[in-house]
Amino acid sequence: MTSAPVPPRPLLAVRDLKKYFPIKSGMFGRASGAVRAVDGVSFDVFPAETLGLVGESGCGKSTTGRVILRLIEPTAGEVHFDGQDLLKLDGASMRKIRRKIQVIFQDPFSSLNPRMTVGAIVREGLVIHKLAEGAAADARVRQLLDEVGLRAEYASRFPHEFSGGQRQRIGIARALAVEPSFIVCDEPVSALDVSVQAQVINLMQDLQRDRGLAYLFIAHDLSVVEHIADRVAVMYLGKIVELAGAADLYREPLMPYTQALLSAVPVPDPTTKKTRVVLTGDVPSPANPPSGCVFHPRCQHPAKDAACAAIVPPLEEKAPGHWAACIKQPPTGVEWSQQQAAGGTKQPTRYLPVVASPA
Amino acid sequence: MAESSRPAATAASSAPLLSVRDLRTYFYTENGVAKSVNGVSFDVGAGETVGLVGESGCGKSVTALSLLRLIRPPGRIEAGSKILFDGRDLITIDESAMRAVRGARIAMVFQEPMTALNPVFTVGDQIAEVVRVHGDGGRRDAWDRAVKMLETVGIASPAQRANDYPHQLSGGMRQRVVIAMALVMNPALVIADEPTTALDVTIQAQILELLRDLQQRLGTSILLITHDLGVVAETVSRVIVMYGGEVVEEASVNELFSAAHHPYTEGLLNAMPRVGHERERLATIPGTVPPPTSWPSGCRFHDRCPYAWERCVSEHPPLYQIGAGHISRCHLAAEPERRLKAHEPFATKASP
Repeated sequence: MTSAPVPPRPLLAVRDLKKYFPIKSGMFGRASGAVRAVDGVSFDVFPAETLGLVGESGCGKSTTGRVILRLIEPTAGEVHFDGQDLLKLDGASMRKIRRKIQVIFQDPFSSLNPRMTVGAIVREGLVIHKLAEGAAADARVRQLLDEVGLRAEYASRFPHEFSGGQRQRIGIARALAVEPSFIVCDEPVSALDVSVQAQVINLMQDLQRDRGLAYLFIAHDLSVVEHIADRVAVMYLGKIVELAGAADLYREPLMPYTQALLSAVPVPDPTTKKTRVVLTGDVPSPANPPSGCVFHPRCQHPAKDAACAAIVPPLEEKAPGHWAACIKQPPTGVEWSQQQAAGGTKQPTRYLPVVASPA
Repeated sequence: MAESSRPAATAASSAPLLSVRDLRTYFYTENGVAKSVNGVSFDVGAGETVGLVGESGCGKSVTALSLLRLIRPPGRIEAGSKILFDGRDLITIDESAMRAVRGARIAMVFQEPMTALNPVFTVGDQIAEVVRVHGDGGRRDAWDRAVKMLETVGIASPAQRANDYPHQLSGGMRQRVVIAMALVMNPALVIADEPTTALDVTIQAQILELLRDLQQRLGTSILLITHDLGVVAETVSRVIVMYGGEVVEEASVNELFSAAHHPYTEGLLNAMPRVGHERERLATIPGTVPPPTSWPSGCRFHDRCPYAWERCVSEHPPLYQIGAGHISRCHLAAEPERRLKAHEPFATKASP
């Protein structure tokens, strides 16, 4: 597996990350197989950058986020943050570094303790990490609430008194309290209505600009990700199949799965006529992924052949900064002779069914 | 309020299939009366696809449930509401007559296919049950119709799949089953309440394609309820926008997306991030939707509106005729010069 882009120094570097969940069967619960939720994922996140991680349900994007936070332990791989391998740290060191890595969850209704006041929720991190105490902590809580657009007097209220958008602001204030440099955002706006979603996205962008935060923005909504992300990684069945600058990826998706995914997004303009690549069938089970390229059974690339079912496509740089995993999309390091040896009959050809016309 | 004297939004050439007039559905809660649907009127023509859009709490789903009289206490459809369908007022017919309408003449497709299906019966049984309940033929015949319907909605090897239980099918397949169940009696109207919200975007594309195709082949009218303006733009011919339990704007889909009149519609359209657009700052609508127990005075949108003036606080706006088939509940129609005077239009308003 080729590693993702190199210079400058990344804040977070994920290398060949794997998370397999065992499938237990029989009365003694012996593992009879594994669900390959994350299957060899590598990427970097640079300081003050937003990396979008997109894909459909079950592609492994949320598991990736959780493994980075070590909310779940990975099966294999490395996660370097600020030069340290997080997966090698003991509990105490990990707790220390959690100050720098925070998380915002999807559901603002279940991610806030209903028995704690908003003030106590935001204050908790300050106290645990010994950043402030007593009156100083209270002042800091008021300041944080103000920064996320909530009134200071809300500190004494409970989460149930707030709307979804306000709760998500509370979640953001809690994450910011310990002054992190990196935040994993797991579907932070998907539970919100359009008008409120726009408020929260703008807030997140303002905070990033003011504090130089890096975000790993995990979402299924491709238009939201295009709006907020600098670079975007597309996942399918536990693997990153394409990774590029947001503008490049949306203008010229190279991997046939990305092409289908982008063309499926409904466009809020009744006058546009668009080419739609309609995928047939469903995502295969990650317990029994297809051989070779995991997307080959549903792929619409005209040069698809037996080689696709035999060769695991490396994530390779097709254009500067634009990485894709497809042996039929030139240029590719998988030689034609090698493809023929694997049963290939069709030469790689450039296939771009959904290239956007320049706006 | 004489809502029945609403301006005509549809070119009233022939009698519409469904005419809703002054529909009011209130919930009598401990916190007061929630006027979730508060004087809603609209038409759906035969073979037409109409979108009903709005955010959480605008009353769109309660409107849908009211059309089938599926409102449970403490909710109640208020006297004076009219739902004219098939030449009858569905509000006044008795429960057994209503049962003959539900599923046979008006069918519903719900958001969550897993909860809409019974986990302990095969999907074939569940579709066949609809046929038997409506008294069309015997067991064998009902089963055959179920299998045929599964084929119509694009399920491969329908005879085998009919013997599957819901958990054996994927989310997209389940939604196809729910659609098959809705269409098996060949209803005149299908109400689809967020039919693709729980689905992934590639599956959503398949289901919307299917709905469009079935609508053309079978001539069924569809009332599509959704919060997703992208889905609306690609699926319907006419759009009704709801806010605060009322219709605030109605227009053809092209007109609505090119020349929205109501500031709420304008705000919604501007707040959406769009694929292939410049990464400018998103416009926002300040504040949140008020609770249905305490709608603001005057125009229900006035406290979030960038154009609002005194009249909006004191006087509840009627539905103004904006153009052919285009109505809007906004005083800007009477005083259009106010739109230019807005000191803070949406685009520049920073988030609070």
